[in-house]
Amino acid sequence: MIRFDHVSKCFSGHTDALSEITVEIQDGEFVFLIGPSGAGKTTFLRLLIRDILSTGGKIFVDDWNLNTLPAGKVHLLRRFVGTVFQDFKLLTDRTVFENVALGLEILGKGDKEIKDRVLDVLELVGLAGKQQFFPLQLSAGEMQRTGIARAIVGGPKILLADEPTGNLDPETAWEILSILQEVNKMGTTVVMATHNASIVNDLKKRTIALDHGILVSDEKSGRYRAAAKHQKKP
Amino acid sequence: MSTLATAAKHIRRSPYQAMAATTTMFVTFLLAGIFFLSAVASAFILQYFESKPQITVFFADKATREDADALAKTLESTGKTSSTKYVSKEDALVIYREQNKSDPLLLEMVTADILPASLEISAKEPKYLADLVPIIKAANGVEEVIYQKDVVDALIAWTNAIRLVGGVLTGLLAFNSILTIMTVVSMKIALKREEIDVLRLVGASRWYIRLPFILEGGLYGIGGALLSWVIITLLVLWARPVLLGFLGMIPPFGSILLSPAATPFILSSLGFLGGLLVTGFFLGSVGSLIALGRYLKF
Ligand SMILES: Nc1ncnc2c1ncn2[C@@H]1O[C@H](COP(=O)(O)OP(=O)(O)OP(=O)(O)O)[C@@H](O)[C@H]1O
Ligand SMILES: [Mg+2]
Repeated sequence: MIRFDHVSKCFSGHTDALSEITVEIQDGEFVFLIGPSGAGKTTFLRLLIRDILSTGGKIFVDDWNLNTLPAGKVHLLRRFVGTVFQDFKLLTDRTVFENVALGLEILGKGDKEIKDRVLDVLELVGLAGKQQFFPLQLSAGEMQRTGIARAIVGGPKILLADEPTGNLDPETAWEILSILQEVNKMGTTVVMATHNASIVNDLKKRTIALDHGILVSDEKSGRYRAAAKHQKKP
Repeated sequence: MSTLATAAKHIRRSPYQAMAATTTMFVTFLLAGIFFLSAVASAFILQYFESKPQITVFFADKATREDADALAKTLESTGKTSSTKYVSKEDALVIYREQNKSDPLLLEMVTADILPASLEISAKEPKYLADLVPIIKAANGVEEVIYQKDVVDALIAWTNAIRLVGGVLTGLLAFNSILTIMTVVSMKIALKREEIDVLRLVGASRWYIRLPFILEGGLYGIGGALLSWVIITLLVLWARPVLLGFLGMIPPFGSILLSPAATPFILSSLGFLGGLLVTGFFLGSVGSLIALGRYLKF
């Protein structure tokens, strides 16, 4: 479970990137995070992995109070919360297999277990047979599949995706969405920040809209229209 | 991938930095090792002379055996001597001949007449020497008193000088090698920034990320220490006959240097290697830790 309790984030010398956000996301939910550029979506997600600390309010992820979580335990939170990015953040000098295996190596898993699990996950994201490719030999869609595989290989309970389809054509974007839905069906909470109106409108999932750091709407089956006046083309 | 394999890969990927780091460590340990051995040796030599509270009394030519016996008796009656030994002119000649048997010219020139008779006195403890000396000086026929204290004082001065110079130089070199390791490791951290960020993102613990760097620094230290050990051992083996000649009578040297294939030499050599390796690993990892503290704040 994710809980924001009157959370504010103010970067130094700046008006609030987020102000007084109170919201709860239950286990197993699929949530879109929308809003115009600069609304605070990335800030919201970064707070959740303790990449940054809030300047007001409390954030809880499962049993962790992120405000008081000691630096020495942040890695445990990161194993619980997987992350996917618009720019993939893959290591270019490593193969698809090695990139994905990273998430298991840090847990000290054995070679055999790593191999089995990585191949399973690559199968799940539709990259079977591409494990020896390097990122530069992949299409953008395949790179994002690799990114998702890396994020879920360790079995996180929550998956955060920051504009995962931002660099993809519509068709590929839909393929990525079906993988994320698949992951969600297996029990993982998914929170996805996006500018992709058609995806939000078609999937009819819970949608949280931010604007200038303020939570402007939280609908069970949201429409991208919620922030239409600031809408930016995907 | 194991931590050690990761560290080894870091090193292989930048051989020149690895060479710079290892060479610096090598020079540091070569000098530190030589100074360390010299300090230990001088301490042993000092201990040997301090444990031998000896006075040698040389008699004038006109002095008789009776003068010497009388002095010996007086000294023994104080109860502060452990032994007195009379060396006559003839005995002195025998000793002289033995010492110079390979040089016929020196043997030709010397007769018993020109060598003084002497009395070798050992005190039970060094502090008694001060009580014995006035008695000796007051005795008949005494020409010269050679007092072991002079030798000991000179040795103390040398030992202190070796410690001071060695300590300062070793300190400077150690500082320099820590700086070198720091620089090399900082460069590695900068090069691997992207990978470190990804590792943190997927939940690698701080030590999982730091350990390969610490190990890398430690390995540079171990490499330098090992090299310096090889060179110092070769030096000692090369100088062994000479050292044995000078220091053989001092017990630890006598047994250690007697044979390079025997246990005492092998054990002390391995002990020395162990000390070097541990210190090397320590210095190297400290350099890494400082670099990590500066460039990997989380
Ligand atoms: N490190 C930072 N320092 C200062 N200001 C920041 C920093 N990061 C974000 N901000 C500010 O916080 C606000 C919210 O930024 P954020 O990146 O969360 O927006 P976003 O909703 O993700 O936008 P986009 O859709 O363009 O990705 C912006 O005004 C931004 O300038
Ligand atoms: Mg953003």
